[in-house]
Amino acid sequence: MALLTANNVAIERGGRRLLSGLRLSVESGDIWQLVGANGVGKTSLLRALAGVAKLGVSGQIKRDQPRLYLGDAHALKKNLSALDNLRCHPACDIHASDEAIFSALASLHLAGYEERPVGSLSAGQQRRVALTRLLLSQAPLWLLDEPFTALDVSGCDWLDAQIRSHVSAGGAVVYTSHQSSRFGALQQDIDLVHHVC
Amino acid sequence: MSADIPLLSIREAFSRQFMRHFKALMGSPTDMANPLLFFFMVVTLFPMGLGPNPERLSVMAPGLLWVVALLSSLMVSSKLFGSDFEDGSLEQLAVAPYPLAILVMGEVSAHWLGTGLLLAVVSPLFGVMLGLPAHGLDVLFYSLVLGTVCLTLIGAIGSALTVSIRRGGLLMSLLVIPLNVPVLIFGNTAVSEAVSGGNPSTWLALLGGFAMGSLALVPIAISAALRVSLDN
Amino acid sequence: MGSPPWFFRFSGAVVRWLLPLTIGLLLLGAAWGLLVAPPDFRQGNSYRIIYVHVPAAVVALAGYYVMAFAGAVSLIWRIKMADVTMRAVAPVGAVLTAVALVTGAIWGKPTWGTWWVWDARITSMLILLFLYLGVIALFEAYENKTAAARACAVLSLVGTVNIPIIYKSVDWWYALHQPASIKFTGESAIDSSMLHPLLLMIGAFYCLFALTVLLNMRAELVWNHREASWLKQMVRNV
Repeated sequence: MALLTANNVAIERGGRRLLSGLRLSVESGDIWQLVGANGVGKTSLLRALAGVAKLGVSGQIKRDQPRLYLGDAHALKKNLSALDNLRCHPACDIHASDEAIFSALASLHLAGYEERPVGSLSAGQQRRVALTRLLLSQAPLWLLDEPFTALDVSGCDWLDAQIRSHVSAGGAVVYTSHQSSRFGALQQDIDLVHHVC
Repeated sequence: MSADIPLLSIREAFSRQFMRHFKALMGSPTDMANPLLFFFMVVTLFPMGLGPNPERLSVMAPGLLWVVALLSSLMVSSKLFGSDFEDGSLEQLAVAPYPLAILVMGEVSAHWLGTGLLLAVVSPLFGVMLGLPAHGLDVLFYSLVLGTVCLTLIGAIGSALTVSIRRGGLLMSLLVIPLNVPVLIFGNTAVSEAVSGGNPSTWLALLGGFAMGSLALVPIAISAALRVSLDN
Repeated sequence: MGSPPWFFRFSGAVVRWLLPLTIGLLLLGAAWGLLVAPPDFRQGNSYRIIYVHVPAAVVALAGYYVMAFAGAVSLIWRIKMADVTMRAVAPVGAVLTAVALVTGAIWGKPTWGTWWVWDARITSMLILLFLYLGVIALFEAYENKTAAARACAVLSLVGTVNIPIIYKSVDWWYALHQPASIKFTGESAIDSSMLHPLLLMIGAFYCLFALTVLLNMRAELVWNHREASWLKQMVRNV
């Protein structure tokens, strides 16, 4: 089952063509990594696939399924607690009970921080609050922008395991990263350099 | 993984956005106090600039109060979507499976409750300071309740259009002030009529009509403007 | 339709006959209004400034609607030429509004004895000028020019809905505060010997507006497509 299909997608930004002729079909169970040097348009493509940016994007992008997009900004209000931030998340995709949010936060080693203002947490902890959405949202398609940055080794391992279990349950993940392939044979790469004309 | 993911009702999605921004506003009391302090300061300036003569002040009071209300509403509205743009909330709103116009209205209503309505509630106090006759105070309150709805909505368009621009604050006043002219005229005239013994209800009705029209049309403009800002 | 080469050729043909037509109408209207039309029995010759003031004001207001219409087309159908139109109209409209304001002030001096009065019509024109300046400033502030055109389209549509309300509210405001002594007869009372040259001048200003907007659009197109082969081809053929 295709969760997202892109056909002949081209992206233009500031009069410059970032990529063109991109074809992509994300099936359930897929992991796709967008690779390429800084400035080739990894984030632009991910934003276009997620539907955040529409201007300068041509071609067809079809998404039938709810999607979870995680950008480099965490979408957390600094003076709200982690609990409130997740309960009233702007993406409106969390239907979990408060108990479920508590246990999800606890599994990211945030037990005891649930009711504190997010602004008082460390950068790494804020990042983990944002990642808690992966446990709470039921969207089958994840679009993650640089998810492994600013995470310690155990955080990276946690995310790694999370992605693996998500795709084995029938979900799909598209992510950008500077690091080389983490998922070996499980994942496919889109090298953006090949799509620049 | 099942294909049918439960969706929230539109009302639930709206009220979650409302709660998010209402709690955030309550969590930063200075943001709520600043426009009131600004109002207070400027009201103090008028007797110094115009002389303390109570008759003269009370004649000018409706206009002065309304102009200051417009300016302080402009001041708070200019930052309405700023933090959402910077912290990525706007991107998340844009991918949410609900109409952006409705989600954003949740935020705007919370903003109005914490700034506009508060201003209207406090305004009779400032009216007394400027010598506004007692029978004009309630009309001042009513006109500001309706008027701040209009001012907040129009300010939200301005904020949505300029949120992606560096130093957008000044530009925002250029965009918003001309659009606010009818609100100022209706509100100020309602209060003046009440003070001079006329009938303010026509003007309050016009203000109410403007507020209703804005409530219907402005959300569409805000969501279009926010999508443009995300693309800039 | 709507492709830049097609528009460039089409507008070239239009400009070729619009330019002499505009100059002819302006000269004819000016001569009629300034030399032939009779002097006003109260204002003498000073009223003749209406042959610039009124057309400028009328076309400036119409220009805002043209701009908003182009904005709506750009938002709905994503036609690039609509963006170019919107961008070309804004400065022309702003200049016409400024002309209406300045001539209004010059007219006010002999009529009311002062350069500036907060007359309903002048105040409305001033607000219209702010609306135009807002669109121009917003366009300049955006880095991405396609996004800039979208933002201006939204703003000008909001302005279009608001303009009738602004005009009406300013009218009421003026009626409430106006001292009866300077109540001024409107254009409806104008004699036909003065009205005909005025209508001619309004027509001339519409032509002038269309001409300047077309020339603006052509200049913008040349700049946007300065590397394009069709433009080089066209220049070589001239």
